[in-house]
Amino acid sequence: MGVSVAGEVTISARNVVKAFGQGAGAVRALDDVSVDIRQGEFFTLLGPSGCGKTTLLRLIAGFEMPTEGTILLDGTDISTLPPNRRPVNTVFQSYALFPHLTVAQNVAFGLEMLGKPSSEIKARTSAMLALVKLEAMAGRKTSQLSGGQQQRVALARALAPQPKVLLLDEPLSALDLKLRKEMQIELKRLQLETGITFIFVTHDQEEALTMSDRIAVMSAGKIQQVGSAKEIYIHPRNRFVASFIGETNFLTGTAEAGALRLATGNRIEVPGLAPGGTATVCVRPEQLRLGRPEDGGITARVRSLVYFGTDTHCHLALSDGTEIVARLQSPASGEAGLTEGQEVGVTFAQGAVQRVED
Amino acid sequence: MSPAEEAVLQRSDRNGWLLVAPALVVLGLAAILPLLVMLVYSFLAPGDFGNVKWEFSTDGWVSILFQRDIFDGTLSLADAHLTIFWRSLWLSTVTTLLAFLIGFPTAWFIATRPARQRPIWLFLVTLPFWTNLLIRTFAILEVIRSEGLINTALIRMGIIETPIQMLYTDGAVLLGMAYVYLPLMVLPLYAAIDRFDMRMLEAAYDLYASRWMALRRIVLPIVKPGVVAGSILVFVPSLGAYVTPRVLGGGKNMMIGNFIELQFGQGRNWPLGAALSMTLLIIVTIALLFYVRAANRPRSDHG
Repeated sequence: MGVSVAGEVTISARNVVKAFGQGAGAVRALDDVSVDIRQGEFFTLLGPSGCGKTTLLRLIAGFEMPTEGTILLDGTDISTLPPNRRPVNTVFQSYALFPHLTVAQNVAFGLEMLGKPSSEIKARTSAMLALVKLEAMAGRKTSQLSGGQQQRVALARALAPQPKVLLLDEPLSALDLKLRKEMQIELKRLQLETGITFIFVTHDQEEALTMSDRIAVMSAGKIQQVGSAKEIYIHPRNRFVASFIGETNFLTGTAEAGALRLATGNRIEVPGLAPGGTATVCVRPEQLRLGRPEDGGITARVRSLVYFGTDTHCHLALSDGTEIVARLQSPASGEAGLTEGQEVGVTFAQGAVQRVED
Repeated sequence: MSPAEEAVLQRSDRNGWLLVAPALVVLGLAAILPLLVMLVYSFLAPGDFGNVKWEFSTDGWVSILFQRDIFDGTLSLADAHLTIFWRSLWLSTVTTLLAFLIGFPTAWFIATRPARQRPIWLFLVTLPFWTNLLIRTFAILEVIRSEGLINTALIRMGIIETPIQMLYTDGAVLLGMAYVYLPLMVLPLYAAIDRFDMRMLEAAYDLYASRWMALRRIVLPIVKPGVVAGSILVFVPSLGAYVTPRVLGGGKNMMIGNFIELQFGQGRNWPLGAALSMTLLIIVTIALLFYVRAANRPRSDHG
């Protein structure tokens, strides 16, 4: 996973603006978004609700037209084409299966609308049902299926016309946790088997991290950062990305040459930092090392310990009041060897300190 | 089950019947009894000054389809009667179609307005019900008669020289009935379209359906219960319509309703009127059976 088989750019959004409403009351759901999505990759739009990720998906599908900017598919401007003339299919959040048709008729619908010969429709429909392991359900009405099965029908229906790009709008959000995990693996398998470019919308960072080749983190109508799961987790560009993906500790201080001077007086090495003004760095909780105060590091007091099974969260307060969290692997005994109120010396793992923009 | 439990069950059963008794009495007196009276009258002989003579006769039923020669008493098909039946069926069917063609876009328009505006539009649709049917029908007459609004305007503008004959045609009856029964089509259609999940439409477009195909293959099949209900609500009263064909169709373009009225009035042939009423009931029942069966037939399978 994470291996990019991607090649040329398939979907390219150029300076896309989407405003809803008119004049002063207009809301900019997308604010000058530019992104390139490569052929054959599993690309995820990740962000909190209202960040514009679904709007971007709907623009690519053709349900909405951009207010400004263009959307290219294989180099051709498709911004103004209606959805039925774009070789792009969607898996809807609510599935939107046709209730009056059987499973097979649902899957065959797109092929029929494309005017394929009936022998081809039959063959492709069976192949698609086999791909999502629903051959036995072909004659059922969709209302007779479970949520997970409906999800598979929606996938088969959208994949049947062999689109250039498959759009998935939070398709797993209605499933329970166990089924969601299964479908994550299933989706990844389908993407590798079909080789189709997937654009996946989610607000679930774990889903994004485990499935995607690349992730675009969005907030307030803008793309904050694009990169692989590792890049985004290890080198978050700004405060939003760092806090949205996983947990993190922020430390703010005065910038010196190659280091950050905290209010506590401690100096943290930050390679490449230029002197002048204040700067913020982030450190993931699992990158904190706790030792005895006399062995060096930043002195902190243990505020509380929360046992999570595999690890223990240790909430610490620095001498200037800044609160930080360390995640320690729980030893076999379950006891972290720390007590509340104890003083410790905090050091950071090599290369764990990352400069972030505000 | 113990005897005591059985007694309780029996009592609750009896109480249930007692509770629905008022409804059953009203239904019996208001719906079934008049039908029985009608059935009995249809097998009696006409009285000399209206009313009936209490002697058994099938003449009422025979003269629906046949007429007896005054001189030799032979029976021949009553063409005039058949024409009336045929025209009634035909006009009611076209009225239903017209109401659907106008009513569907109307209902769609209302159902796609913002939720706050919909009650206003629905109110406007039902507004004509606030006026008497006769007055509305005469209003149409005033618009389409030879010296009416349309003809006068066209003549004044110099587009035509002599008035177009619109009143007393089948077209006038169609116009009147489509107008009068339109709300009965719009309301059930609105209810069905309101429940329709618009994401289905997006899914259809997404799967390469044109607007027309999305309408035909997705929207119409899903809102079909509304179409069926609206069509029945328009077709049934159209078939028995009386005021509209009388005022806008004149004496010549009679429908079954006018024909029945004739038998109880000038015709002084109550048994024939009663038999005609029963026939109308039978036609409606058969038409509905056919319609509902056709509407519920599953679509042929392509997949």
